[in-house]
Amino acid sequence: MARITRSLEEAIAPIGDGCMLAVPRETSGVAMAATRALVRRGIKRLHLVALPTSTLQADLLIGAGCIGTLETSAVSLGEFGPAPRFTAAILDGAIRMRDATCPALHAQFQAAEKGVPFMPLRGLIGSDLLTQRTDWKVVDNPFGDNDPIVLLPALKPDVALFHAPLADRDGNVYIGKERELVTMAHAAQRTIVTVEEVHDTNLLRDPLFVAGTLPGFYVEAVAVERCGAWPLPLPDRYGIDAAHIAEYARLAATPEGFAQYLDRYVYEKRAA
Amino acid sequence: MKSAQPEEFRDEELLADVICRLIGDARHIAVGNASPIPATAALLARESGASKPYVSLLGSAHTFFTDGARELFDCAGQGRVDVFFLSGGQIDGEGNINLVNIGDYEKPKVRFPGSFGSAYLYYVVPRVILFRVEHSRRTLVPKVDFISAPGGSPGNVDRPGGPIALITNRCLFDFDRARRRFRLVSVHPGHSVEEIIEHTGFAFDKPAQVPLTPAPSADTLRLMRGVVAPMLAEVYPEFARRVFGYVGTRRGDRDAAS
Repeated sequence: MARITRSLEEAIAPIGDGCMLAVPRETSGVAMAATRALVRRGIKRLHLVALPTSTLQADLLIGAGCIGTLETSAVSLGEFGPAPRFTAAILDGAIRMRDATCPALHAQFQAAEKGVPFMPLRGLIGSDLLTQRTDWKVVDNPFGDNDPIVLLPALKPDVALFHAPLADRDGNVYIGKERELVTMAHAAQRTIVTVEEVHDTNLLRDPLFVAGTLPGFYVEAVAVERCGAWPLPLPDRYGIDAAHIAEYARLAATPEGFAQYLDRYVYEKRAA
Repeated sequence: MKSAQPEEFRDEELLADVICRLIGDARHIAVGNASPIPATAALLARESGASKPYVSLLGSAHTFFTDGARELFDCAGQGRVDVFFLSGGQIDGEGNINLVNIGDYEKPKVRFPGSFGSAYLYYVVPRVILFRVEHSRRTLVPKVDFISAPGGSPGNVDRPGGPIALITNRCLFDFDRARRRFRLVSVHPGHSVEEIIEHTGFAFDKPAQVPLTPAPSADTLRLMRGVVAPMLAEVYPEFARRVFGYVGTRRGDRDAAS
């Protein structure tokens, strides 16, 4: 069952080299402090699954040489332009890319959540994604007549990692309306969460919180990390640090600049 | 819609007005991230039309979704998204869009962010409007290098949705789904048919006389600048300032204060 760890490093200890790690999109609560800690630890060969897209988190991990395989629908810095380290790694063939489309990833997590081997999805037929993704299969709808449909295999990550506003002392985590975090936790073997703060009463007993709460039953470890999504936003708590992302985009444009970024913001632990 | 005195307007205002008229009647318009001009058009459609559609600006607080990141796709699969916008690093004459790479997939020359939800939404949303400001032979190509999502599908593929039009900085095309071909509808003020042919990498149909894209009316401009701009500023403060000169309360400032 979930426990509140004494340190961030202790919470993320189960994330080892070669781990299949599931993380959410930029606006749902990205565990950036934990991501920087993984980079400091020098983690290698991650199979990162970003549900369904990523921004700074994937770019930072790629640039720092932590990624072996990336499975997602898109990586960019949003309005700050292309993700420079992602782009360079693809052009150099430095990472293995498994291109997806957003609802396919959602469906694959939902299959794992339900304990079924696959999920069907409309669309996709005629897309080159289907040519690249040999693990996605077209079958004839058994309930239809000459109705091809795509089946997507269940995706069961080793670890799901995200940042949320609150957890209580029993490890129940308030995720609000970011419901795909619940699906991620259901699908993953283990779930590790960082939170802004600890809530003193049990979230499951509070009618205002319970519907937006991931039960501690699904959670392995919780670490308290103020501004743990910084410089990315946390819903209803804080917005994106636009100046910082702009600085990242500028520095990460070159390997030398990216190394400076790491020295300045990752290896030197930022005072909260 | 006609104003007595033609008013000065910006390119962004013309494009938003064209898109707004394409949207027509709708119950729910969804707009992807980082799409300020389609967002302007969708809000304009809501404020000017009779149908008062729901407008979901993805990646912002301006959605009604409570079921996480998947709800948009489930909603579209249920037939509850009428209009969506897509773009492409490359778009070809059959309406195929490429959001992945130029060159060979294994050894690309250029890499784009990725397909996002296109390989699904292009099939299930009835009215997909393609929007690509840069109209050049680099973006509008004979054949895309990677099909993120095809413009059309064989008859046995379940596909209620697809492209209805393509808007660029130079012109408006509509799309004939049966023939999988674009047709030039109108040329924006200051541009010409010859110029469109020169800068388009694919063949397209055109009428003998190609009309000029009508300028936004004074009423439309008033609505855009007075009513839409403040709403837009909550999601796209920089765009609202640059295009409409609107400087208001920024969402980020509010968040920081709370």
